[in-house]
Amino acid sequence: MIQEYLPLYQEAAKLTVKLGVMGIILSLLVGLICSAIQYFKLPILKRIVSVYTEISRNTPLLVQLFFIYYGLPKIGIQTDAEACGIAGLAFLGGSYMAEAFRSGLEAIDVIQMESSLSLGMSRFQAMRYVVLPQAISISVPAIVANVIFLLKETSVFSAISLMDLMFTAKDLIGLYYKTTESLFLLVVFYLIILLPISILGSLLERRLRYAGFGA
Amino acid sequence: MLDLGLDVLLKGKNLSRILGGLGVAMKISMISVLISIPLGILLGVLMAGKNPVTKAIMRVYLDIIRIMPQLVLLFLVYFGTTRAFGWDLSGETASVIVFTLWGTAEMSDLVRGAIISIPVHQYESGAALGLSKTQTYLYIIIPQTIRRLIPLSINLITRMIKTTSLILMIGVVEVLKVAQQIIEANRMASPNAAFGIYLTVFFLYFIACWPISLLAKYLERKWR
Amino acid sequence: MAEAVLTIEHLTKCFGNHTILENVSLTVEKGEVIVIVGPSGCGKSTFLRCLNGLEPIQSGSVKLREDVIDQKNKDLANIRQKIGMVFQSYDLFPHLTVLDNILLAPTKVQKRKKEDVKKEALELLKRVGLADRAGDYPRQLSGGQKQRVAIVRALCMHPEVLLFDEVTAALDPEMVREVLDVMLDLAKQGRTMLIVTHEMSFARAIADRILFIDGGKIVEDSEPEAFFTSPSTDRVKQFLNMFAFDAVKHHEAVTAENP
Repeated sequence: MIQEYLPLYQEAAKLTVKLGVMGIILSLLVGLICSAIQYFKLPILKRIVSVYTEISRNTPLLVQLFFIYYGLPKIGIQTDAEACGIAGLAFLGGSYMAEAFRSGLEAIDVIQMESSLSLGMSRFQAMRYVVLPQAISISVPAIVANVIFLLKETSVFSAISLMDLMFTAKDLIGLYYKTTESLFLLVVFYLIILLPISILGSLLERRLRYAGFGA
Repeated sequence: MLDLGLDVLLKGKNLSRILGGLGVAMKISMISVLISIPLGILLGVLMAGKNPVTKAIMRVYLDIIRIMPQLVLLFLVYFGTTRAFGWDLSGETASVIVFTLWGTAEMSDLVRGAIISIPVHQYESGAALGLSKTQTYLYIIIPQTIRRLIPLSINLITRMIKTTSLILMIGVVEVLKVAQQIIEANRMASPNAAFGIYLTVFFLYFIACWPISLLAKYLERKWR
Repeated sequence: MAEAVLTIEHLTKCFGNHTILENVSLTVEKGEVIVIVGPSGCGKSTFLRCLNGLEPIQSGSVKLREDVIDQKNKDLANIRQKIGMVFQSYDLFPHLTVLDNILLAPTKVQKRKKEDVKKEALELLKRVGLADRAGDYPRQLSGGQKQRVAIVRALCMHPEVLLFDEVTAALDPEMVREVLDVMLDLAKQGRTMLIVTHEMSFARAIADRILFIDGGKIVEDSEPEAFFTSPSTDRVKQFLNMFAFDAVKHHEAVTAENP
């Protein structure tokens, strides 16, 4: 019974993971750029970043997707569903990733930059060898938490007719009334995707909290 | 002039229908928040306590709720429990149940975090001043915990409001559903209405959440 | 013939419209040890930071021999290599071991051979009593040990001048001595040093000259003996008095109350 639907779910899971991973990679990129703009306080770009952040954080992904997928084509901006899902995820995730990087950078005492400079390093060298390695390792738990959050958010992709896990489950429930089986498989597949990252996340968090460098 | 749906929005009762849809979303999130906060405080205090059994049970509850996408939880309650237990559950009730379960889990974690973030020496200096245990909690620990907690719980409200957009998927007529209906009804007269209508929905959510986020940010800064 | 290493002329430094340092001039000669003292907020730490280009200055100039130290100078990073600086605390890189902390700048900035620097670093670590801690991370060290490592890290760049900004101020009292001893040793080797400190007896022992800064100006510039025994201004007398305590005689107080 369940075996009959297994291939459907496997395909759907592949799509969920594929779109999720691409969206997350883009989010990291957007986040890195935004946090760099804020760290170096670039005049006009800084404003744009803060407007973007407020919009992205105060609207639901589903509404963002509806607007991109159904609204934008009406003014001539056509995207296919997959690209739309990835773009929506990156739009949402970018601001969360930026926040993770920002808090990492902020946690590094200015004296780290100053003592690097006083050793004759350039700003770039100080960033590369001293500030960034510390900032990134501080950001990692927050980044992992964001990855989990964004993977979970992909569940709304079914609303723009992407055949992901939710879509498959809903389809099976609606068409064949296989409620129990399809929900069971839905939970199992989300666990397969999310559990390993979630465990990794809590391990990392514990390591950072109790040890730090040199344990 | 390209018709992007602005006149559709202003036609008849469309705008008030959309606002009504937003009202449904707000109502569901407010009910869920109002139940989640006291429950979350109770469970959070238990989690910060010393009883290993309650702590373990709470941990499991928290992990199960948090690892699943909220949409999956909605499906489980709306389709799953009705099938398993044979009861009849409206989409709205299912939503309130799910958001309360989720909100309680998030809130309890915030409460636990706020309590354990109070350093031990705060308890010790309370004791050193001759305060009883109750007095130490009343005058020293609880006020500090609340200060840390309020901005975070306000943020939980915006998260709750944003999450209500999902109830469209279990058939609740909320703002997105109303928007779909309006666009569908005016498909012939103004085929491009989707742009304006969805942009409006986008804005409405933003207007609903942004002031709350600003308030949380302000309080966080003020009480840091 | 004395040879000027650092020349500061008419240095003025402001934060907004608040003047921190006003028209300060000073010449530091090779091998000189200058101790800077003064009340908190007098501008002495800011002065040291200006000498390393960590603070923008509003007017005047700071020169290391012929090189101008200024944030606008493209060559600042190169000049900074010749000026070693040790801060009050938290300036070791927590993600690197003691040895890697020391090696980072000589290998990445000066492009020196790792083996050579390593040999030198280990020798210096031995000299400050930390030969066995090369592989440790900063968080495994005590405050005094960290500061000794920070000194070695600065020394490995072969600086011409060393700046010490209240390096013992954040330490527990029993660790202050081990750091000051290292600095005394450096003075004996004839290093050029500028030291901001609150340790008065140390200042008296190590300094060739003592500068007293107050209100952003050098109020007194004298040899240590003269500074402590016959200060020329009331401001310095007042300042030095803060370090002296009158013994409280309990018995006298008691007898006075109950004759």
